[in-house]
Amino acid sequence: MTATLALTRRSMLHSVRDVETLLMSIMLPVALLLIFTYVFGGALAGSTTEYLDYVVPGIIVVCAGFGAAQTAVAVARDMNEGLMDRFRTMDMPASAAVTGHVVASVARNLVASTLVLVVAVALGFRPAASPAQWVAVGGIVALYVLAITSLFAAIGVVSRSVEAASGYGFGLLFLPYLSSAFAPVETMPGWLQAFAAHQPLTPVNDALRSLLHGTDPGTDALVATVWCVGLTALGLAAAGWAFTRRAQRP
Amino acid sequence: MTAAIHATGLVKAFGDHTVLAGVDLTARRGHVTALLGSNGAGKTTTLNILTTAMRADGGTALVAGHDVATDRREVRRAIAVTGQAATVDGLLTAAENLELIGRLRGLSRAAARAKAAELVAASGLEDAARRQVSTYSGGMRRRLDLALSMVTPAQVVFLDEPTTGLDTRARNALWGQVRGLARDGAAVLLTTQYLEEADALADQVHVLHQGRVVATGTPRQLKERIGAAEVVVMTDGGVELAREATDGSADGVRRALDALEARGAVAAGARIDVRRPTLDDAFLALTEEAA
Repeated sequence: MTATLALTRRSMLHSVRDVETLLMSIMLPVALLLIFTYVFGGALAGSTTEYLDYVVPGIIVVCAGFGAAQTAVAVARDMNEGLMDRFRTMDMPASAAVTGHVVASVARNLVASTLVLVVAVALGFRPAASPAQWVAVGGIVALYVLAITSLFAAIGVVSRSVEAASGYGFGLLFLPYLSSAFAPVETMPGWLQAFAAHQPLTPVNDALRSLLHGTDPGTDALVATVWCVGLTALGLAAAGWAFTRRAQRP
Repeated sequence: MTAAIHATGLVKAFGDHTVLAGVDLTARRGHVTALLGSNGAGKTTTLNILTTAMRADGGTALVAGHDVATDRREVRRAIAVTGQAATVDGLLTAAENLELIGRLRGLSRAAARAKAAELVAASGLEDAARRQVSTYSGGMRRRLDLALSMVTPAQVVFLDEPTTGLDTRARNALWGQVRGLARDGAAVLLTTQYLEEADALADQVHVLHQGRVVATGTPRQLKERIGAAEVVVMTDGGVELAREATDGSADGVRRALDALEARGAVAAGARIDVRRPTLDDAFLALTEEAA
């Protein structure tokens, strides 16, 4: 436990030091929110205010992806640049280094998500969520961040270099565009709808949107939760398995 | 006294490739023991097994009295390891690196901080203490790396090619740190491909060749195994004129010189040199013997 805490603190220090991570986590969400609202909003929804109402969850989700992608890089750096070799010969679970990166990523992305909401409100977004719905919003965002971070952590463990880690992770970053994050699924061609409607990001986005608007998310919240818990379990299991396996390699 | 490291018949293969074919070695507390070998001889694999980072396919090893296969936790508590790649965190400062390891070793925050400050000073890194390690030179990283192995006292310290890539000055500073560790009572096992390094640092040398220890002894014993000294006669410009074997004693050198003179090999103005075999010669002879 002390190990996890000490290593989480270390990852947090990284986040603050590493300018690239910091920009990616804090500046990018705000920039994307502004671009989507003011550049695309008019064309997509007829007015910027209307699109702002639609797009806030999408921005949170897409930025959580970018923020979490840094986890793959951080984990790959530890795996390939020697530090893990030292941890493996110390009386501690070496996997705590990975856990530390995951916890730091969740914290970093929650800050970024809050920032997106604050900026959105400043731009005219008026959430109508009840206190209970706000709790649900926080819960789903946290679960989603945890899920995507776990997947990126697994990518970091299997990557043979820092560059490979950022390359492999690229695919995950495209998923939000193929969901209801930026445009309603019904407006897509049929073949794409089949994918978009059934991939995890659509229920996550729809649930967040309903909750923020103060309406009942229906089954979306449950489906989103199940997806997130499942993906977290998958990511952590894959990371753990690959971690143990790599330990026995030269 | 029981040995700090006692390994018998260590075997390890990666697929069809046998890396260790039965390695036996020992190391004592207060001594620097060198594992000398060329690239691919199996040095790092041996170290990985002794430090619990890797499991052997066969053989046994006790480190600080604990079996590396079954008592990994106890072994890990007794050792400190400095790997071949500098195992430091580039985004943290030297003090933060040291503090992190201190916390991971179970020190309180205050104790970890105090120890970090002490080791920053002892490693000559005060001037750079507030800078991120990614800005350090290779020598500074190495010094920090070794300091990370000294945060809590270890009974056995493992160093994998600690001076690879360092200039002479940085290397000498590091040698000083290594000698200090042994003087404080630790058993130090270091791997090296530099014969000079084993010669200068080690009390005991194991020569590793193709996954086997082909010779063990003090640097001096190893040199003696391949023969005594030679008296070499050279011109003033260093061109060799003649040589004569000797046992290296004062009498022996005088006799060799007499013999050379009797042969008329010592021209006017000639210089002589008494050459003892270097560990390099010993290494080549021993590995040829084994092959």
